[in-house]
Amino acid sequence: MNSIKDRAAQIAEVAKQMNKAVYNDSTVKKDPTPRFELQHKCNKVVTLEEAIKKSGLKDGMTISFHHHFRGGDKVINMVVAKLAEMGFKNLTLASSSLIDVHEPLIEHIKNGVITQLHTSGLRGALATEVSHGLMEKPVIFRSHGSRGYAIKSGELHIDVAFLGASSCDPMGNAAGFSTSENAKSICGSLGYALPDAKYADHTIILTDDLVNYPNQHNAISEADVEFVVVVDSVGDSSKISSGAIRDTKNPRDILLAKQAAKVVMNSGYFENGFSMQTGSGGASLAVTKYLRQGMIDKGIKASFALGGITSHMVKLHQEGLIGRLIDVQSFDKVAAESLMNDPLHKCVSANEYAAMLEPGSATHFLDVVILSALEVDVNFNVNVLVGSDGIIRGAIGGHPDTAQDSALSVIVCPLLRGRIPCVVDEVTTLITPGSNVDVVVTEYGIAVNPNRPEIKERLEAAGLNIVDIHDLAAKARSIIGDPAPLPFGDKVVGVVMNRDGSVQDVIKNIVG
Amino acid sequence: MQRLRRTMMFVPGNNPGMMADAHIYGPDSIMLDLEDSVTMAEKDAARLLVHNALKTIDYGNTEMVVRINPLSTPYGKKDVEAVVKAGVHVIRMPKTETAEEVVELEQEIIKVETELGCVGRTQIMAAIESTLGALNAYAIATASKRMMGIALGAEDYCANLKAQRTTGDSPFFGMELQMARQCIVTAARAAGIDALDTVFSNLNDMDTFRREVEMIKAMGFDGKSIINPRQIEVVNEIFAPKEKEIEKAKTILAAIKEAEKRGSGVIAVNGKMVDRPVVIRAQRTIDLAIASGIMTKEDLA
Repeated sequence: MNSIKDRAAQIAEVAKQMNKAVYNDSTVKKDPTPRFELQHKCNKVVTLEEAIKKSGLKDGMTISFHHHFRGGDKVINMVVAKLAEMGFKNLTLASSSLIDVHEPLIEHIKNGVITQLHTSGLRGALATEVSHGLMEKPVIFRSHGSRGYAIKSGELHIDVAFLGASSCDPMGNAAGFSTSENAKSICGSLGYALPDAKYADHTIILTDDLVNYPNQHNAISEADVEFVVVVDSVGDSSKISSGAIRDTKNPRDILLAKQAAKVVMNSGYFENGFSMQTGSGGASLAVTKYLRQGMIDKGIKASFALGGITSHMVKLHQEGLIGRLIDVQSFDKVAAESLMNDPLHKCVSANEYAAMLEPGSATHFLDVVILSALEVDVNFNVNVLVGSDGIIRGAIGGHPDTAQDSALSVIVCPLLRGRIPCVVDEVTTLITPGSNVDVVVTEYGIAVNPNRPEIKERLEAAGLNIVDIHDLAAKARSIIGDPAPLPFGDKVVGVVMNRDGSVQDVIKNIVG
Repeated sequence: MQRLRRTMMFVPGNNPGMMADAHIYGPDSIMLDLEDSVTMAEKDAARLLVHNALKTIDYGNTEMVVRINPLSTPYGKKDVEAVVKAGVHVIRMPKTETAEEVVELEQEIIKVETELGCVGRTQIMAAIESTLGALNAYAIATASKRMMGIALGAEDYCANLKAQRTTGDSPFFGMELQMARQCIVTAARAAGIDALDTVFSNLNDMDTFRREVEMIKAMGFDGKSIINPRQIEVVNEIFAPKEKEIEKAKTILAAIKEAEKRGSGVIAVNGKMVDRPVVIRAQRTIDLAIASGIMTKEDLA
């Protein structure tokens, strides 16, 4: 006979060999609760305080956040206030970026709750305080691709990630939008939060719409989520737009945009199947508009558009001019809604977007990127982080990632902003090395990196006004004069990391 | 090559930001304004600013014009002195009604130029902004050798005419200015100087702007006064000669070159006689084509 009873001795023998217990049916009791009810009893859903306690967070550890709600973010201030209330000290805060709305962090830094920052950017009062020497330890600045890779490689180890989501089910399947009738917010892509969710020791989702299981088109998987916290609001969606979405009427922006579009169209890369990325500033947005006309006129279609996706890009995609949208960050509500509704509009992580050492990153397959700059120097180096007054006022974003990986990087930058020269002898802070910058478009002419003689030749053949970048710097100086040197102190308040993990530059404190 | 005046862009003389880079948009002429866009309280400051802008900013090949306050005001003569000293190309006199006013301005200019030792450097253009001015257009246009053009100022003209400005949706669009426009363009042509049309101030109605530019081009104007860089592209596009016109002009110029070689004055192209006015028009077409970027000087060879 070979019944299970007859095999009992052998089961026991094997279990012993495998150092396992023998299955005991009498301990198993089926739960008769209707499953719809059961999912809401899921023990993953807890309060913020419980989640923090259960995560095992301790003083000195690293917490992380994303900034997909940009100016509307409520998660960082809410969580750090709770951590302060619970008495935590000496935490390292690693956000994908920090902006004006995160001003309350100043108090938490002064009180010792937060003692170090890792971020892509810093703006507003917090940035000003940091520039004046608020913190003992310098802020570590990384590009988006660089941050993703640093998290993956363990260089930036995250103990607990606090990630806001516009919808999440009780198991932790989370998205940057919600299809439920209770939807309160929308931010679209959760690209910058994905490395955190995947590689942090503990991941806590904060959501303002706890939806029924299973939450579909989830960016973050329940497999990576330990706790789900329901809050009143994770962010104000009306503030995710990075500025005016309507067409710019600023004649200088229009002039710059038209020139930049002409550069792209005559660069040799404007062919069927090319791929492109543009920034979200007035001039960059307008470039999309003029490129669109060029694509229609010449019958050219792009295979994909990448990056921060705007409503302008969505429009081109819907018109059939762009095959796919690859979205690490949705720059406005139209883009966020498109991500929710359009299967050809894809959400990617920061690593899939722009990590230098990951061969599959989308930036490696990018033909043309149009970027802005605070300053460009005569060696084509670009600064997008520190203002000409020495105060931190920007973000690295994907600037160095896309400039380096693309076949053609075009910087759109006015020669002058009021009385501030933007083409200078040396940038205040080195963010994107000039070796990765191919063309600089100003209202006084277009400069081409000497490394790219073939581009210069093509643009000259197209009748564009090509000038030497030294002449642009001289022109700016002739109009404005030499600015007084900045009153830098000797303390290092910021460190700029290169994409390859090396230290590229430091930012010193500003005095007075 | 004769100077093109397709676009004359108005820039307030009290706005340093706009004055600093007005030329980057490529208007043929820039008119820095000391008159209507500057309040009484700012007249002196604006005059100083315009003087320094003309002296320090490199406007390249752009023709620099300054609209001064009328000589009858306390500011007019000071304006003349400041801008002539700064080397302005053209002084635009507002609200010109008679030839005598042009002569008076010329005397003021001569005073300053004599002091500087550069008599004859400064040109004059007159804005015609009244019915009397329109009827005196030829006298004004020929009042001085320095006259380079006359222009219409429509708002004051209409007030004086007791007519309303029509808008693009009216079946009578532009009717109120018909007479003044024809007086100006005819007088300018008779005097051998340029004719410029009035501004179009509704920047949100680019379609009507386009229609108006097409109309004034058809009437014979050399160009239009503009108030925003966005208007430049439209004007240049409309004034750009068409391919057929360019081909014809090239043929005529080539034929005349050939005739000159042979020492013959009169020529025929495709069986039609070509005389001086035809040649002048052909040359102007080529100038416009080069300025519009449609062809280069090398294409002529």
